[in-house]
Order: sequence, then structure tokens, then C-alpha cells
Amino acid sequence: MAKLIIPTPLRKFTENQPAFESAGQTVKEVLGDLITKHTALKKHLLDDGGNVRSFVRIYVGEDDIQYLQRENTPVQSNTVVSIIPAIAGGSK
Amino acid sequence: MANLTFNKDELERYSRHLIIPDFNIEGQRKLKASKVLVVGSGGLGSPLLLYLAAAGIGTIGILDFDLVDDSNLQRQVLFSQADVGKSKAEAARDRIVGLNPHIKVVVHNIKLTSDNALEIIKDYDVIADGTDNFPTRYLVNDACVLLDKINVYASVYRFEGQASVFNYVDAEGNRGPNYRDLFPSPPPPGLVPSCAEGGVIGVLPGILGSLQANEVIKVISGIGDPLVGRLFLFDALSFETRTLKVQRDPNNPLNGENPSQTELIDYHQFCGLDQHTSNEKLVVKEVDVHELSQMIIDKVDYQLIDVREPYEYEITNLSGELMPLKQVSEFVPKIEKNKRVVIHCRSGVRSAKAIKQLENEFGFDNLYNLKGGILAYADEIDTEIPKY
Repeated sequence: MAKLIIPTPLRKFTENQPAFESAGQTVKEVLGDLITKHTALKKHLLDDGGNVRSFVRIYVGEDDIQYLQRENTPVQSNTVVSIIPAIAGGSK
Repeated sequence: MANLTFNKDELERYSRHLIIPDFNIEGQRKLKASKVLVVGSGGLGSPLLLYLAAAGIGTIGILDFDLVDDSNLQRQVLFSQADVGKSKAEAARDRIVGLNPHIKVVVHNIKLTSDNALEIIKDYDVIADGTDNFPTRYLVNDACVLLDKINVYASVYRFEGQASVFNYVDAEGNRGPNYRDLFPSPPPPGLVPSCAEGGVIGVLPGILGSLQANEVIKVISGIGDPLVGRLFLFDALSFETRTLKVQRDPNNPLNGENPSQTELIDYHQFCGLDQHTSNEKLVVKEVDVHELSQMIIDKVDYQLIDVREPYEYEITNLSGELMPLKQVSEFVPKIEKNKRVVIHCRSGVRSAKAIKQLENEFGFDNLYNLKGGILAYADEIDTEIPKY
């Protein structure tokens, strides 16, 4: 099972779960599993065309899927998939 | 730079740097010759300014337009109780000049905007971004790219922190990625709350700001491998760290293959803030805190609803009925239809969302948003109410 790490700002859509496991074989399948389980996440991760939104990065291991095979990037059973959101806090 | 000298006090002060073989007096000279601008003297800016001053950065700029507030002291260790109400930039200057009288400190008690950013930033070598909002993040990034400055970045949210070094050119002339390579566009307003809305554990900006200070010292002195082309992530709850690769994006509008942006833009508009707030204000009926106060005095028959979370209600409340925004539709049977209903939250944003939802889905037409929320009530009506 691939492990998907949910960042803090999106955990309100996963009942505060910090991680999600999926038997999906590609990033697309893993994200699909996640969205099926937590439907409210969809609009925050994917645009109307089903592409990952530009303010969110998806990493497989240390690499941005944009420089691999995008949503078709394969995942293994020990792969860690990370959703990296933009956060801005620091001053106030 | 070779003729930059140190007096006896400075040599003694910096002695623990001077005896590191790879750093020595050459590294210290580079720090003394450098000019660093710290944007935001808050949670990240506190450790940044303290360590940069202690390390002997020759010129430190402090940019902040805000005042020190009680709620800052949980994490902004630059300030003391006596600083509450003072200018942050000036209080920060007093603190770091007290720490190290051998440095020059320049105060920019001003809000960074597209009109002044280039003029301010051009005088510095390295910018440390410790701001708290997306428009300023993109503004600092773009100004650094346009002016060819290094941007040492960190940000925090609740228990999570990020850090990287942007727009760094290595000894071979290779330029590293910048913030727009990582996040081409900002999230829509409201998706990722600021620390003021979402909270942050007090130590976290201390950790990330210290890492930022370390990267500033590294890029100036030329030691080690700066955090270039990498994004460092820290989860304070699980104590897990990850370092991910960041690459230059050929579509980057500033310095990709076909650059389309050659100057600063309107960052509020870019982040969708203008449109968002004006739309929300247009469609929701409002009462201000003075009207609410008068309704209480006149014993008007109305219902007061509080759509914050229970843990916020526990901090302070106006005795409204608690119906958190997330579950507000479940409370519909308890919401009056035949008298005025005033709905409030902390600052007025969530209550506006609740009203929109209740109007659109359940046909209410008697709902009024308390303008400015409980914060405005604390400011203008009852100063005994704690602000958070």
C-alpha cells in the first residue's frame, strides 16, 4: 500500500487523519482513492479537468510528479506520496 | 573587504566563529560587509533578527508596519510585555542594537507594496522572508528575482513548517529555483488560513526562523550547501522531516523560457483577495457592533448565533448560541425565521459564509452578519473581552 501524507491545511477534509493508504498503482489512482473516501478534498486538489491544481504540488518520494510522469507516475507499495500545499504564515 | 577590521570587543564577541577553521575571520568579514533585510519582525523574524544581529551581520533592515500586540508574545521572543503597543520595527531595532552595538540597523516602518518594494530591496544583498500572507510572499519573491537578490524563505502553519533558499546563483553561475517554480499561483482565499486565523504552535516559527538565519549566514559566508533547489518540511507533531527537490519551471513568468513579467504586479488581485472580499460584503446584510450593543440595551427580541468552534467559544463569547460553521446546516431547526438573527464569528468572515449558506440552501432572509466579529466588539464596546 502506498502511503499518502496529508498536510495540515487539508486535514480538515480527512477527519484530521495525517496519512492515507491506497493500493493504487499510479498517482492518479491514489488520489482517486483519497477523493472517493474524502469527497470534499476534490475541489482543493483537482481542477475541473481533473488536473492537480497549481497551488498544490504532488511528490512521489523526493520528486515533484511534474518532472516524472505527472498523474501517471507509478507508485510502489512502499512509496510515500506527499501533498505539498502553499502555506504563508510567519509574522502575525 | 580585506581591509574590514574588527576592534577588540568585536574579536572577543565573535571568537566562537573565528576559531571555526572553515569560517574564521574571512567568514566574519563577509557577515560584517553584508546587508540583510528581514521582512516581517514576527514569529520568524524574531529568531532571524536575534541570530543575525548576534552573528554580526553588518547592516540589518527590519521591515514591519505593525504594532506589538499581546497575542504576539506567545512566540515573538524579540518583544517583551513593555513593548505592547509600540512599533514592531522600532521595538525590534532597540532589542537587537542592545544585543549587538557593532551593527547598523535600518528601520522600515512601512507596509511593503509593489510601489516601494524595489526601492527598499535594492539596497540589500539577501532578503529573509518572514511575512504572513500570500500577496507579500509573491511580492518579495518577484522583487528578489527582478533585482537578482537571494530570498531565504520559511513559512509556518499550525504544526507544519517549510523552508528553502530561492534565486541563489552558485559558483558555476547556475541559478536556483524561486517561489513561483514551486507554487506558480496562490491558493484561493480562505483555503489556507493565516496563523492569525489558523493558529501556530509558538516554538515552530522559532525553529524555522532559526533555520532561516542559518541559511542566511551560509549564503553570505559561502560555507556548506545552501538549501537551494530543495524544500525542507518539518512536522512538529510527528517530528518528521522531509527534504524534497524543487526544479526551475520553464513556464515561470519571471525567468522561465518565455518570461512575460518584467515588473511587479498587483498582488492582492493576483491572490484573488480584492474580488473575494468585495463579493462577500455585497451579498450579506450587516449590523455593526454599536447597533448590536444598542439592541442589547433596548432589549430587542433577536437571536445571537456564534459560528466559531467550541474551543474559541471557551476563550471568550457574547453568550450567543454556538453553531459551528461546519455543522451549521444541522442547526437549522434552531435558527429563528421570524425575528432578526445576528450571526458572528471572530472577525466576520466565517459568519458571512454561514449566512450565505443558510440563505442559499434554506431560504433565510433575516440573517445579519456582525461586522468585524467579536474582535470589533472587544475593540469598540467591551475592552474587557480578550482578543485572540
